[in-house]
Amino acid sequence: MMSLHGSSVDVLKAIFKVADVELRVGQTQVSKALGFEVYPGEMLAILGRNGVGKSTLLSCLAGLPRGEMAGDILLGGKTYQAWGDRASACWRGWLAQKQQDQFSATVLETVISGRHPHLNRWSWESADDRALALASLAAVGMTDFAARDVLTLSGGERQRVAVATILTQNPTLYFMDEPLAHLDLNHQIEVLNLLRAKAKRERVSAIMVLHEPGLAHRYCDSALLLFGEGEWLYGSASAVLTADNLSRLYGYPLLQIENPGADGQVQRWFVPA
Amino acid sequence: MTTRYRLVLVVMALSLLAVGAVAIGLSVGSVKMPFAEVMAGLLDPAAPGASVIRDLRLPRTLAAFGCGGLLALAGALMQVLLRNPLADPYILGISGGAGVGALLAIFFGLGVAGLNGFAFAGALLAILIVFGLAHGDGSWTQTRLLLTGVMVAAGCGAVITLLLSIAPEERLRGMLFWLMGDFSQGVNPTYALIGVAVIGLLTAPLARDLNVLIRGNDTAKALGVSVSMVRIAIYLLASMATAVSVTTAGSVGFVGLVIPHLTRMMVGNDQRVLLPTSMLAGGIFLVLADTLARVLIAPQQLPVGVVTALIGVPVFLYLLNRTRYQ
Repeated sequence: MMSLHGSSVDVLKAIFKVADVELRVGQTQVSKALGFEVYPGEMLAILGRNGVGKSTLLSCLAGLPRGEMAGDILLGGKTYQAWGDRASACWRGWLAQKQQDQFSATVLETVISGRHPHLNRWSWESADDRALALASLAAVGMTDFAARDVLTLSGGERQRVAVATILTQNPTLYFMDEPLAHLDLNHQIEVLNLLRAKAKRERVSAIMVLHEPGLAHRYCDSALLLFGEGEWLYGSASAVLTADNLSRLYGYPLLQIENPGADGQVQRWFVPA
Repeated sequence: MTTRYRLVLVVMALSLLAVGAVAIGLSVGSVKMPFAEVMAGLLDPAAPGASVIRDLRLPRTLAAFGCGGLLALAGALMQVLLRNPLADPYILGISGGAGVGALLAIFFGLGVAGLNGFAFAGALLAILIVFGLAHGDGSWTQTRLLLTGVMVAAGCGAVITLLLSIAPEERLRGMLFWLMGDFSQGVNPTYALIGVAVIGLLTAPLARDLNVLIRGNDTAKALGVSVSMVRIAIYLLASMATAVSVTTAGSVGFVGLVIPHLTRMMVGNDQRVLLPTSMLAGGIFLVLADTLARVLIAPQQLPVGVVTALIGVPVFLYLLNRTRYQ
Protein backbone atom coordinates (compact mmCIF):
# COMPACT_ATOMS: atom_id res chain seq x y z
CA MET A 1 0.00 0.00 0.00
CA MET A 2 1.19 3.46 -0.87
CA SER A 3 1.96 5.59 2.13
CA LEU A 4 3.80 8.87 1.93
CA HIS A 5 5.19 8.59 5.39
CA GLY A 6 5.75 4.85 5.14
CA SER A 7 9.13 3.56 6.18
CA SER A 8 9.60 1.06 3.37
CA VAL A 9 12.38 1.97 1.00
CA ASP A 10 10.69 0.48 -2.04
CA VAL A 11 7.99 3.13 -2.19
CA LEU A 12 8.90 4.26 -5.65
CA LYS A 13 6.01 6.39 -6.65
CA ALA A 14 7.08 9.96 -7.27
CA ILE A 15 5.30 12.43 -5.00
CA PHE A 16 6.18 15.36 -7.24
CA LYS A 17 6.30 15.46 -11.02
CA VAL A 18 7.35 18.28 -13.30
CA ALA A 19 6.81 17.91 -17.04
CA ASP A 20 7.49 20.31 -19.92
CA VAL A 21 7.70 23.33 -17.70
CA GLU A 22 8.39 26.45 -19.70
CA LEU A 23 8.94 29.47 -17.48
CA ARG A 24 9.60 33.01 -18.52
CA VAL A 25 9.81 36.15 -16.39
CA GLY A 26 10.14 39.43 -18.24
CA GLN A 27 13.16 39.01 -20.53
CA THR A 28 14.51 35.99 -18.64
CA GLN A 29 13.86 32.50 -19.94
CA VAL A 30 14.20 30.41 -16.77
CA SER A 31 13.47 26.95 -18.12
CA LYS A 32 12.59 25.21 -21.37
CA ALA A 33 10.87 21.80 -21.36
CA LEU A 34 11.96 21.16 -17.79
CA GLY A 35 11.07 17.75 -16.42
CA PHE A 36 12.01 15.72 -13.35
CA GLU A 37 10.44 13.70 -10.54
CA VAL A 38 10.96 13.72 -6.80
CA TYR A 39 10.54 10.56 -4.75
CA PRO A 40 9.74 10.12 -1.08
CA GLY A 41 12.83 10.77 1.02
CA GLU A 42 14.66 12.54 -1.80
CA MET A 43 16.49 15.83 -1.47
CA LEU A 44 17.02 17.95 -4.58
CA ALA A 45 19.28 20.99 -4.84
CA ILE A 46 18.75 23.78 -7.38
CA LEU A 47 21.90 25.70 -8.27
CA GLY A 48 22.64 28.50 -10.66
CA ARG A 49 24.08 31.95 -11.02
CA ASN A 50 22.46 35.05 -9.48
CA GLY A 51 19.43 36.21 -11.42
CA VAL A 52 19.07 33.03 -13.44
CA GLY A 53 15.62 32.44 -11.93
CA LYS A 54 16.21 29.88 -9.15
CA SER A 55 13.81 31.55 -6.71
CA THR A 56 11.25 32.19 -9.43
CA LEU A 57 11.31 28.56 -10.48
CA LEU A 58 11.12 27.34 -6.90
CA SER A 59 8.09 29.58 -6.25
CA CYS A 60 6.33 28.25 -9.34
CA LEU A 61 7.11 24.68 -8.35
CA ALA A 62 5.68 25.45 -4.91
CA GLY A 63 2.43 26.64 -6.47
CA LEU A 64 3.06 30.36 -6.02
CA PRO A 65 2.76 31.56 -9.63
CA ARG A 66 5.34 33.91 -11.14
CA GLY A 67 5.78 35.12 -14.69
CA GLU A 68 4.41 33.15 -17.65
CA MET A 69 4.44 29.43 -17.10
CA ALA A 70 3.30 26.47 -19.15
CA GLY A 71 3.58 22.77 -18.37
CA ASP A 72 2.51 20.37 -15.67
CA ILE A 73 3.36 20.45 -12.00
CA LEU A 74 1.79 17.56 -10.11
CA LEU A 75 1.89 17.16 -6.37
CA GLY A 76 0.83 13.67 -5.36
CA GLY A 77 -0.68 13.24 -8.83
CA LYS A 78 -2.81 16.39 -8.77
CA THR A 79 -2.28 20.06 -9.61
CA TYR A 80 -2.21 22.65 -6.85
CA GLN A 81 -5.47 24.00 -8.21
CA ALA A 82 -7.13 20.61 -7.93
CA TRP A 83 -5.97 20.30 -4.32
CA GLY A 84 -7.03 23.81 -3.35
CA ASP A 85 -5.05 26.23 -1.21
CA ARG A 86 -5.58 24.61 2.14
CA ALA A 87 -5.08 20.98 1.12
CA SER A 88 -1.94 21.97 -0.82
CA ALA A 89 -0.60 23.57 2.31
CA CYS A 90 -0.96 20.32 4.23
CA TRP A 91 1.31 18.71 1.59
CA ARG A 92 3.94 21.24 0.82
CA GLY A 93 5.76 23.89 2.79
CA TRP A 94 7.60 26.91 1.43
CA LEU A 95 10.43 28.76 3.10
CA ALA A 96 10.77 32.27 1.71
CA GLN A 97 14.19 33.67 0.92
CA LYS A 98 13.48 36.66 3.13
CA GLN A 99 11.23 36.87 6.17
CA GLN A 100 9.37 40.16 6.03
CA ASP A 101 7.94 41.02 9.42
CA GLN A 102 6.11 44.32 9.66
CA PHE A 103 4.44 43.78 13.02
CA SER A 104 5.56 42.47 16.38
CA ALA A 105 4.78 38.85 17.20
CA THR A 106 6.39 36.40 19.55
CA VAL A 107 8.61 33.66 18.15
CA LEU A 108 6.18 31.01 19.38
CA GLU A 109 3.21 32.75 17.69
CA THR A 110 5.19 32.87 14.47
CA VAL A 111 6.21 29.22 14.62
CA ILE A 112 2.73 27.98 15.54
CA SER A 113 1.33 29.74 12.43
CA GLY A 114 2.70 26.68 10.62
CA ARG A 115 -0.32 24.78 11.96
CA HIS A 116 -2.70 27.07 10.07
CA PRO A 117 -3.61 24.68 7.21
CA HIS A 118 -4.16 21.80 9.62
CA LEU A 119 -6.77 23.64 11.69
CA ASN A 120 -10.44 24.13 10.91
CA ARG A 121 -11.67 27.67 10.49
CA TRP A 122 -13.11 27.78 14.00
CA SER A 123 -10.50 25.71 15.84
CA TRP A 124 -7.80 27.06 18.07
CA GLU A 125 -4.32 25.59 18.32
CA SER A 126 -4.41 22.56 20.59
CA ALA A 127 -1.88 21.48 23.19
CA ASP A 128 -0.48 19.10 20.54
CA ASP A 129 0.04 21.96 18.08
CA ARG A 130 1.83 23.90 20.78
CA ALA A 131 3.98 20.91 21.66
CA LEU A 132 4.88 20.47 17.99
CA ALA A 133 5.84 24.13 17.71
CA LEU A 134 8.01 23.90 20.83
CA ALA A 135 9.65 20.71 19.54
CA SER A 136 10.44 22.47 16.24
CA LEU A 137 11.97 25.39 18.12
CA ALA A 138 14.04 22.93 20.11
CA ALA A 139 15.16 21.23 16.89
CA VAL A 140 16.71 24.47 15.66
CA GLY A 141 18.07 25.37 19.09
CA MET A 142 15.72 28.33 19.63
CA THR A 143 13.79 27.15 22.69
CA ASP A 144 14.96 30.06 24.82
CA PHE A 145 13.63 32.54 22.27
CA ALA A 146 9.95 31.41 22.39
CA ALA A 147 8.72 34.62 24.04
CA ARG A 148 10.98 36.99 22.07
CA ASP A 149 9.60 39.47 19.54
CA VAL A 150 10.56 38.39 16.00
CA LEU A 151 11.41 42.00 15.16
CA THR A 152 14.31 41.87 17.63
CA LEU A 153 15.96 38.75 16.18
CA SER A 154 19.19 38.74 14.18
CA GLY A 155 19.12 37.52 10.58
CA GLY A 156 20.36 34.04 11.48
CA GLU A 157 17.98 33.70 14.42
CA ARG A 158 15.05 34.78 12.26
CA GLN A 159 16.06 32.22 9.64
CA ARG A 160 16.07 29.44 12.23
CA VAL A 161 12.61 30.55 13.37
CA ALA A 162 11.46 30.29 9.74
CA VAL A 163 12.89 26.77 9.56
CA ALA A 164 11.07 25.92 12.79
CA THR A 165 7.84 27.28 11.25
CA ILE A 166 8.05 25.01 8.22
CA LEU A 167 8.92 22.07 10.50
CA THR A 168 5.76 22.86 12.48
CA GLN A 169 3.75 22.91 9.27
CA ASN A 170 5.14 19.40 8.86
CA PRO A 171 4.65 19.04 5.09
CA THR A 172 5.53 16.04 2.94
CA LEU A 173 7.45 18.18 0.48
CA TYR A 174 9.67 21.06 1.59
CA PHE A 175 10.40 23.95 -0.79
CA MET A 176 13.20 26.00 0.67
CA ASP A 177 14.66 29.12 -0.91
CA GLU A 178 18.18 29.39 0.48
CA PRO A 179 17.49 27.67 3.80
CA LEU A 180 21.08 28.35 4.88
CA ALA A 181 20.96 32.13 4.34
CA HIS A 182 22.38 34.09 7.30
CA LEU A 183 23.29 30.89 9.15
CA ASP A 184 26.68 30.20 10.75
CA LEU A 185 28.50 27.11 9.50
CA ASN A 186 27.47 25.00 12.51
CA HIS A 187 23.81 25.96 12.05
CA GLN A 188 24.02 25.28 8.31
CA ILE A 189 25.11 21.72 9.02
CA GLU A 190 22.53 21.44 11.81
CA VAL A 191 19.65 22.40 9.51
CA LEU A 192 20.84 20.09 6.74
CA ASN A 193 21.32 17.20 9.19
CA LEU A 194 17.84 17.83 10.50
CA LEU A 195 16.33 17.66 7.01
CA ARG A 196 18.41 14.63 6.06
CA ALA A 197 17.23 12.80 9.18
CA LYS A 198 13.60 13.72 8.51
CA ALA A 199 13.92 12.56 4.91
CA LYS A 200 15.35 9.21 6.04
CA ARG A 201 12.98 8.66 8.94
CA GLU A 202 9.70 10.16 7.72
CA ARG A 203 10.28 9.93 3.95
CA VAL A 204 9.66 13.66 3.46
CA SER A 205 11.28 15.24 0.43
CA ALA A 206 12.91 18.63 -0.08
CA ILE A 207 13.64 20.87 -3.04
CA MET A 208 15.97 23.69 -2.14
CA VAL A 209 17.96 26.48 -3.67
CA LEU A 210 21.53 26.20 -2.42
CA HIS A 211 24.66 28.22 -3.09
CA GLU A 212 27.28 25.79 -1.85
CA PRO A 213 27.75 22.91 -4.33
CA GLY A 214 29.82 20.98 -1.76
CA LEU A 215 26.94 20.92 0.71
CA ALA A 216 24.53 20.10 -2.13
CA HIS A 217 26.68 17.10 -3.01
CA ARG A 218 27.00 16.01 0.61
CA TYR A 219 23.30 16.24 1.50
CA CYS A 220 21.24 15.99 -1.66
CA ASP A 221 20.37 12.97 -3.78
CA SER A 222 19.87 14.93 -6.95
CA ALA A 223 20.65 18.33 -8.42
CA LEU A 224 19.19 20.68 -10.99
CA LEU A 225 21.52 23.21 -12.57
CA LEU A 226 20.08 26.29 -14.27
CA PHE A 227 22.43 27.72 -16.88
CA GLY A 228 20.28 30.59 -18.12
CA GLU A 229 18.47 30.94 -21.48
CA GLY A 230 16.24 28.10 -20.30
CA GLU A 231 19.07 25.55 -20.39
CA TRP A 232 19.20 23.07 -17.51
CA LEU A 233 20.84 19.87 -16.36
CA TYR A 234 19.23 17.41 -14.00
CA GLY A 235 20.59 14.19 -12.54
CA SER A 236 21.93 12.46 -9.46
CA ALA A 237 24.06 14.74 -7.31
CA SER A 238 27.25 12.79 -7.94
CA ALA A 239 26.73 12.80 -11.70
CA VAL A 240 25.77 16.45 -12.02
CA LEU A 241 27.93 18.14 -9.42
CA THR A 242 31.32 17.94 -11.11
CA ALA A 243 34.05 20.52 -11.60
CA ASP A 244 33.28 20.70 -15.33
CA ASN A 245 29.55 21.35 -14.95
CA LEU A 246 29.97 23.78 -12.08
CA SER A 247 32.74 25.73 -13.83
CA ARG A 248 30.37 26.17 -16.74
CA LEU A 249 27.48 26.99 -14.39
CA TYR A 250 29.26 29.77 -12.53
CA GLY A 251 31.39 30.91 -15.48
CA TYR A 252 34.57 30.50 -13.46
CA PRO A 253 37.01 27.57 -13.34
CA LEU A 254 36.55 25.49 -10.19
CA LEU A 255 38.76 22.80 -8.68
CA GLN A 256 37.22 19.67 -7.21
CA ILE A 257 38.69 18.43 -3.91
CA GLU A 258 37.63 15.06 -2.55
CA ASN A 259 37.67 14.18 1.09
CA PRO A 260 36.42 10.99 2.80
CA GLY A 261 33.60 11.93 5.19
CA ALA A 262 33.00 10.36 8.60
CA ASP A 263 29.99 8.46 7.22
CA GLY A 264 32.15 6.76 4.59
CA GLN A 265 30.72 8.87 1.78
CA VAL A 266 33.23 10.78 -0.30
CA GLN A 267 32.69 14.52 0.09
CA ARG A 268 33.35 16.83 -2.82
CA TRP A 269 34.31 20.44 -2.30
CA PHE A 270 34.67 23.01 -5.02
CA VAL A 271 37.03 25.95 -4.78
CA PRO A 272 37.73 28.73 -7.28
CA ALA A 273 40.87 27.88 -9.25
CA MET B 1 -2.28 31.65 29.37
CA THR B 2 -3.72 30.39 26.09
CA THR B 3 -4.85 32.85 23.45
CA ARG B 4 -8.47 31.79 23.76
CA TYR B 5 -8.49 32.40 27.51
CA ARG B 6 -6.90 35.80 27.01
CA LEU B 7 -9.59 36.69 24.46
CA VAL B 8 -12.42 35.79 26.85
CA LEU B 9 -10.84 37.76 29.70
CA VAL B 10 -10.15 40.86 27.64
CA VAL B 11 -13.59 40.89 26.01
CA MET B 12 -15.31 40.51 29.37
CA ALA B 13 -13.28 43.31 30.95
CA LEU B 14 -13.85 45.64 28.00
CA SER B 15 -17.58 44.87 27.88
CA LEU B 16 -17.85 46.01 31.49
CA LEU B 17 -15.87 49.15 30.68
CA ALA B 18 -18.14 49.76 27.67
CA VAL B 19 -21.23 49.66 29.89
CA GLY B 20 -19.48 52.08 32.25
CA ALA B 21 -18.54 54.43 29.40
CA VAL B 22 -22.10 54.45 28.06
CA ALA B 23 -23.38 55.20 31.58
CA ILE B 24 -20.99 58.14 31.82
CA GLY B 25 -22.03 59.34 28.37
CA LEU B 26 -25.68 59.27 29.44
CA SER B 27 -25.13 60.97 32.81
CA VAL B 28 -22.93 63.84 31.73
CA GLY B 29 -24.10 66.81 29.73
CA SER B 30 -25.01 70.47 29.81
CA VAL B 31 -28.20 69.65 31.76
CA LYS B 32 -27.10 68.27 35.16
CA MET B 33 -28.99 65.13 36.19
CA PRO B 34 -28.44 62.69 39.06
CA PHE B 35 -27.79 59.11 37.99
CA ALA B 36 -31.12 57.87 39.41
CA GLU B 37 -32.93 60.34 37.18
CA VAL B 38 -30.89 59.20 34.18
CA MET B 39 -31.90 55.60 34.83
CA ALA B 40 -35.52 56.60 35.33
CA GLY B 41 -35.50 58.55 32.08
CA LEU B 42 -33.94 55.62 30.28
CA LEU B 43 -36.53 53.13 31.52
CA ASP B 44 -39.65 55.26 31.60
CA PRO B 45 -40.53 57.58 28.70
CA ALA B 46 -42.85 59.58 30.97
CA ALA B 47 -40.20 60.40 33.57
CA PRO B 48 -38.97 64.00 33.84
CA GLY B 49 -35.90 64.49 31.70
CA ALA B 50 -36.69 61.37 29.69
CA SER B 51 -36.57 63.23 26.41
CA VAL B 52 -33.04 64.55 27.08
CA ILE B 53 -31.86 61.01 27.78
CA ARG B 54 -33.86 59.13 25.17
CA ASP B 55 -33.81 61.59 22.29
CA LEU B 56 -30.47 63.32 22.72
CA ARG B 57 -27.91 61.49 24.83
CA LEU B 58 -28.81 57.85 24.13
CA PRO B 59 -28.71 57.99 20.30
CA ARG B 60 -25.59 60.09 20.43
CA THR B 61 -23.76 57.82 22.87
CA LEU B 62 -24.76 54.69 20.98
CA ALA B 63 -23.73 56.25 17.67
CA ALA B 64 -20.36 57.16 19.17
CA PHE B 65 -19.92 53.60 20.42
CA GLY B 66 -20.84 52.12 17.04
CA CYS B 67 -18.64 54.49 15.04
CA GLY B 68 -15.68 54.04 17.38
CA GLY B 69 -15.98 50.27 16.99
CA LEU B 70 -16.31 50.50 13.22
CA LEU B 71 -13.34 52.82 12.84
CA ALA B 72 -11.02 50.84 15.10
CA LEU B 73 -11.98 47.61 13.34
CA ALA B 74 -11.52 49.19 9.92
CA GLY B 75 -8.13 50.56 10.95
CA ALA B 76 -6.93 47.21 12.23
CA LEU B 77 -8.08 45.52 9.01
CA MET B 78 -6.46 48.13 6.76
CA GLN B 79 -3.17 47.71 8.64
CA VAL B 80 -3.22 43.99 7.83
CA LEU B 81 -4.41 44.50 4.26
CA LEU B 82 -1.67 46.99 3.47
CA ARG B 83 0.81 45.33 5.84
CA ASN B 84 1.54 48.80 7.07
CA PRO B 85 1.25 49.87 10.70
CA LEU B 86 0.54 53.44 9.57
CA ALA B 87 -2.62 52.61 7.63
CA ASP B 88 -5.90 54.05 8.91
CA PRO B 89 -9.50 53.68 7.69
CA TYR B 90 -9.25 56.81 5.56
CA ILE B 91 -5.97 56.06 3.83
CA LEU B 92 -7.67 54.63 0.73
CA GLY B 93 -9.85 57.67 0.10
CA ILE B 94 -13.15 56.49 1.56
CA SER B 95 -13.56 59.52 3.81
CA GLY B 96 -12.56 61.73 0.90
CA GLY B 97 -15.31 60.27 -1.27
CA ALA B 98 -17.83 60.58 1.55
CA GLY B 99 -16.60 64.13 2.21
CA VAL B 100 -17.19 65.20 -1.38
CA GLY B 101 -20.69 63.71 -1.24
CA ALA B 102 -21.53 65.31 2.11
CA LEU B 103 -20.19 68.73 1.17
CA LEU B 104 -22.14 68.66 -2.10
CA ALA B 105 -25.29 67.87 -0.09
CA ILE B 106 -24.61 70.75 2.32
CA PHE B 107 -23.69 73.00 -0.60
CA PHE B 108 -27.05 72.38 -2.26
CA GLY B 109 -28.85 72.67 1.08
CA LEU B 110 -30.19 69.10 1.19
CA GLY B 111 -31.55 67.79 4.50
CA VAL B 112 -30.09 65.16 6.82
CA ALA B 113 -31.35 62.29 4.65
CA GLY B 114 -29.80 63.83 1.57
CA LEU B 115 -26.54 64.44 3.41
CA ASN B 116 -26.31 60.83 4.60
CA GLY B 117 -27.31 59.48 1.21
CA PHE B 118 -24.75 61.61 -0.62
CA ALA B 119 -21.99 60.81 1.89
CA PHE B 120 -22.62 57.07 1.64
CA ALA B 121 -22.81 57.22 -2.16
CA GLY B 122 -19.50 59.13 -2.24
CA ALA B 123 -17.86 56.54 0.00
CA LEU B 124 -19.13 53.67 -2.15
CA LEU B 125 -17.91 55.38 -5.28
CA ALA B 126 -14.43 55.83 -3.80
CA ILE B 127 -14.39 52.16 -2.73
CA LEU B 128 -15.32 51.01 -6.22
CA ILE B 129 -12.87 53.31 -8.00
CA VAL B 130 -9.95 52.25 -5.79
CA PHE B 131 -10.90 48.59 -6.07
CA GLY B 132 -11.34 48.74 -9.83
CA LEU B 133 -8.10 50.59 -10.50
CA ALA B 134 -5.96 48.66 -8.01
CA HIS B 135 -7.37 45.35 -9.19
CA GLY B 136 -7.06 46.34 -12.84
CA ASP B 137 -4.16 44.12 -13.86
CA GLY B 138 -5.08 41.37 -11.42
CA SER B 139 -1.92 41.98 -9.38
CA TRP B 140 -3.72 43.66 -6.47
CA THR B 141 -0.46 44.33 -4.67
CA GLN B 142 -0.16 46.36 -1.49
CA THR B 143 1.82 49.13 -3.14
CA ARG B 144 -0.59 49.49 -6.03
CA LEU B 145 -3.58 49.50 -3.71
CA LEU B 146 -1.96 52.04 -1.40
CA LEU B 147 -0.90 54.37 -4.21
CA THR B 148 -4.32 54.19 -5.90
CA GLY B 149 -6.07 54.91 -2.60
CA VAL B 150 -3.78 57.76 -1.66
CA MET B 151 -4.27 59.32 -5.12
CA VAL B 152 -8.07 59.03 -4.91
CA ALA B 153 -7.89 60.57 -1.43
CA ALA B 154 -5.76 63.42 -2.76
CA GLY B 155 -8.21 64.02 -5.62
CA CYS B 156 -11.13 64.10 -3.19
CA GLY B 157 -9.14 66.46 -0.96
CA ALA B 158 -8.79 68.88 -3.85
CA VAL B 159 -12.53 68.76 -4.60
CA ILE B 160 -13.28 69.30 -0.87
CA THR B 161 -11.02 72.36 -0.78
CA LEU B 162 -12.70 73.66 -3.92
CA LEU B 163 -16.17 73.23 -2.38
CA LEU B 164 -15.04 74.92 0.84
CA SER B 165 -13.65 77.88 -1.04
CA ILE B 166 -16.76 78.49 -3.12
CA ALA B 167 -19.33 77.65 -0.41
CA PRO B 168 -21.48 80.47 0.97
CA GLU B 169 -20.44 81.68 4.45
CA GLU B 170 -23.45 80.33 6.32
CA ARG B 171 -22.83 76.77 5.15
CA LEU B 172 -19.09 76.76 5.87
CA ARG B 173 -19.40 75.96 9.57
CA GLY B 174 -21.59 72.92 8.91
CA MET B 175 -19.09 71.71 6.32
CA LEU B 176 -16.12 72.09 8.64
CA PHE B 177 -17.89 70.31 11.49
CA TRP B 178 -18.81 67.46 9.18
CA LEU B 179 -15.22 67.16 7.99
CA MET B 180 -13.86 67.01 11.53
CA GLY B 181 -16.41 64.45 12.66
CA ASP B 182 -19.36 65.44 14.77
CA PHE B 183 -22.23 63.80 16.62
CA SER B 184 -24.19 66.94 17.48
CA GLN B 185 -26.54 67.05 14.49
CA GLY B 186 -29.30 64.55 15.31
CA VAL B 187 -27.36 61.36 14.68
CA ASN B 188 -29.04 58.04 14.03
CA PRO B 189 -27.14 55.18 15.72
CA THR B 190 -29.01 52.35 13.97
CA TYR B 191 -26.68 51.76 11.02
CA ALA B 192 -23.50 52.12 13.04
CA LEU B 193 -24.70 49.60 15.64
CA ILE B 194 -25.94 47.10 13.06
CA GLY B 195 -22.75 47.67 11.05
CA VAL B 196 -20.40 47.07 13.94
CA ALA B 197 -22.22 43.86 14.90
CA VAL B 198 -22.46 42.45 11.38
CA ILE B 199 -18.96 43.42 10.23
CA GLY B 200 -17.48 42.26 13.53
CA LEU B 201 -19.11 38.86 13.12
CA LEU B 202 -18.07 38.58 9.47
CA THR B 203 -14.40 39.24 10.26
CA ALA B 204 -14.30 36.64 13.06
CA PRO B 205 -13.88 33.57 10.81
CA LEU B 206 -11.10 35.35 8.87
CA ALA B 207 -9.04 36.32 11.91
CA ARG B 208 -6.56 33.42 11.83
CA ASP B 209 -6.12 33.89 8.06
CA LEU B 210 -5.14 37.46 8.83
CA ASN B 211 -2.52 36.28 11.32
CA VAL B 212 -0.83 34.47 8.45
CA LEU B 213 -1.53 37.13 5.82
CA ILE B 214 0.37 39.66 7.90
CA ARG B 215 3.54 37.61 7.20
CA GLY B 216 3.30 38.25 3.46
CA ASN B 217 1.09 37.08 0.60
CA ASP B 218 3.29 34.18 -0.52
CA THR B 219 3.90 32.86 2.95
CA ALA B 220 0.15 33.08 3.58
CA LYS B 221 -0.66 31.21 0.37
CA ALA B 222 1.91 28.55 1.18
CA LEU B 223 0.16 28.14 4.53
CA GLY B 224 -3.18 27.54 2.84
CA VAL B 225 -4.81 30.99 2.81
CA SER B 226 -6.78 31.83 -0.35
CA VAL B 227 -4.96 35.14 -0.45
CA SER B 228 -6.88 37.07 -3.14
CA MET B 229 -10.27 36.12 -1.76
CA VAL B 230 -9.37 36.99 1.81
CA ARG B 231 -7.79 40.29 0.78
CA ILE B 232 -10.85 41.31 -1.25
CA ALA B 233 -13.07 40.34 1.69
CA ILE B 234 -11.15 42.43 4.20
CA TYR B 235 -10.94 45.36 1.78
CA LEU B 236 -14.72 45.32 1.40
CA LEU B 237 -15.40 44.77 5.11
CA ALA B 238 -13.04 47.54 6.21
CA SER B 239 -14.39 49.88 3.54
CA MET B 240 -18.01 49.26 4.48
CA ALA B 241 -17.20 49.80 8.15
CA THR B 242 -15.55 53.10 7.29
CA ALA B 243 -18.37 54.15 4.97
CA VAL B 244 -21.06 53.50 7.60
CA SER B 245 -19.11 55.37 10.26
CA VAL B 246 -18.32 58.33 8.02
CA THR B 247 -21.95 58.54 6.94
CA THR B 248 -23.10 58.55 10.56
CA ALA B 249 -20.65 61.05 12.01
CA GLY B 250 -18.31 62.48 9.39
CA SER B 251 -14.61 61.70 9.32
CA VAL B 252 -13.68 61.34 12.97
CA GLY B 253 -9.90 61.04 12.95
CA PHE B 254 -7.30 59.14 14.98
CA VAL B 255 -9.59 56.41 16.38
CA GLY B 256 -8.81 54.10 13.47
CA LEU B 257 -5.06 54.61 13.73
CA VAL B 258 -4.47 54.97 17.45
CA ILE B 259 -6.83 52.37 18.92
CA PRO B 260 -5.51 49.35 16.97
CA HIS B 261 -2.00 50.36 18.00
CA LEU B 262 -2.86 50.82 21.66
CA THR B 263 -4.63 47.48 21.77
CA ARG B 264 -1.75 45.83 19.93
CA MET B 265 0.63 47.10 22.60
CA MET B 266 -1.62 45.64 25.28
CA VAL B 267 -2.87 42.31 23.88
CA GLY B 268 -0.36 41.50 21.13
CA ASN B 269 -0.95 41.00 17.45
CA ASP B 270 -3.03 37.83 17.30
CA GLN B 271 -5.91 39.10 15.15
CA ARG B 272 -8.41 36.81 16.89
CA VAL B 273 -7.83 38.84 20.04
CA LEU B 274 -6.86 42.14 18.46
CA LEU B 275 -9.95 42.65 16.26
CA PRO B 276 -12.66 42.29 18.95
CA THR B 277 -10.49 44.13 21.47
CA SER B 278 -9.92 47.04 19.08
CA MET B 279 -13.61 47.17 18.29
CA LEU B 280 -14.65 47.45 21.94
CA ALA B 281 -11.81 49.81 22.84
CA GLY B 282 -12.66 52.05 19.87
CA GLY B 283 -16.28 52.23 20.99
CA ILE B 284 -15.33 53.09 24.57
CA PHE B 285 -12.80 55.68 23.45
CA LEU B 286 -15.20 57.49 21.15
CA VAL B 287 -18.03 57.52 23.74
CA LEU B 288 -15.68 59.15 26.26
CA ALA B 289 -14.26 61.54 23.66
CA ASP B 290 -17.75 62.61 22.60
CA THR B 291 -18.75 63.13 26.23
CA LEU B 292 -15.75 65.44 26.61
CA ALA B 293 -16.67 67.20 23.36
CA ARG B 294 -20.07 67.99 24.88
CA VAL B 295 -18.85 69.28 28.24
CA LEU B 296 -15.39 70.82 27.73
CA ILE B 297 -16.70 74.24 26.69
CA ALA B 298 -20.42 73.66 27.45
CA PRO B 299 -22.91 74.88 26.46
CA GLN B 300 -20.90 75.09 23.24
CA GLN B 301 -19.86 71.82 21.65
CA LEU B 302 -16.60 70.78 20.06
CA PRO B 303 -16.43 68.49 17.03
CA VAL B 304 -15.48 65.09 18.45
CA GLY B 305 -12.64 64.77 15.92
CA VAL B 306 -10.81 67.57 17.69
CA VAL B 307 -11.06 65.74 21.01
CA THR B 308 -9.95 62.39 19.60
CA ALA B 309 -6.89 64.05 18.12
CA LEU B 310 -6.12 66.05 21.26
CA ILE B 311 -6.25 62.89 23.40
CA GLY B 312 -5.04 60.39 20.83
CA VAL B 313 -1.86 62.10 19.76
CA PRO B 314 -0.19 62.60 23.16
CA VAL B 315 -1.32 59.21 24.51
CA PHE B 316 0.01 57.49 21.44
CA LEU B 317 3.35 59.30 21.53
CA TYR B 318 3.73 58.58 25.24
CA LEU B 319 3.09 54.86 24.82
CA LEU B 320 5.34 54.67 21.79
CA ASN B 321 8.23 56.14 23.76
CA ARG B 322 7.59 54.01 26.81
CA THR B 323 7.65 50.77 24.84
CA ARG B 324 10.80 51.75 23.02
CA TYR B 325 12.78 52.19 26.23
CA GLN B 326 11.67 48.93 27.76
